[in-house]
Amino acid sequence: MTTEELKSVAIAKSVDARGTACPGPLLEAKKAIGTISAGDVMEILSADEGTKVDIPKWCGKQGHEYLGTLEENGYFKVYMKKK
Amino acid sequence: MENSKEVTIEQLQMQIDELKNKITQLENSRKDQLAIAVVSGDMDKVLAAMVISIAAAAMDTQVKLFFSFWSLSALRDPKKNPKGKDFISKMFGMMLPKGKDKLKLSNMNMCGMGPLMIKMLMKKQNVMSLDQMFKEAGELGIEITVCEMSMGLMGFKKEEMIDYPNLRFAGAATFVADAGESAMQLFI
Repeated sequence: MTTEELKSVAIAKSVDARGTACPGPLLEAKKAIGTISAGDVMEILSADEGTKVDIPKWCGKQGHEYLGTLEENGYFKVYMKKK
Repeated sequence: MENSKEVTIEQLQMQIDELKNKITQLENSRKDQLAIAVVSGDMDKVLAAMVISIAAAAMDTQVKLFFSFWSLSALRDPKKNPKGKDFISKMFGMMLPKGKDKLKLSNMNMCGMGPLMIKMLMKKQNVMSLDQMFKEAGELGIEITVCEMSMGLMGFKKEEMIDYPNLRFAGAATFVADAGESAMQLFI
């Protein structure tokens, strides 16, 4: 997805994991994924650089679709769609 | 020509059966599972084991930890004081760290300054503490097995181990069996 598309995508859930370092954001994402339905888009906020690489790996393993990452001031917004 | 065809079908059937057996074997030996033998009792190494385990469990990989030798210090509950230890066991108990909060660093320990500094940094950078990690691990269903033999060797008792869901006590064969069916095995 392009930056513009990501900015306007409808989000079913936003997970704020900025208060935790690796492996915290992944853990928060795993806990939250059960609360959304298949096809829903989830946004994960993280201040941890590793997250933007780790979430795509997690998506790849679980079959979710990784949509992209937006860089904000001092943190990242990682987008993924549930399988 | 006719004859050779019949033989081929029979052979094919046999080959398919053989393949089926092999696939079943392979599937059983490469489960989506991580087995770690945690032997070191250094804070940094126990931390590494827990971070990897939690990341794996978050990715729905089954995790089985086998705690042995020095790492047993990390499983001691500082609030528990078991009775009936002999002299050497008491000595060992006193000399070894009592609980995960008292572990030393493998490098830059500097008489305890190192661990203090690392803990400060971990807090500042929002890294989970070992205490939190064990709590998360329990909730994620990460299995911990305590090596009976090393526990006996160091004079630790079951009663002084931390409260952890389904803490198991077993021998080396348990780790071998767990590792044998895991796609990933680590030794820390």
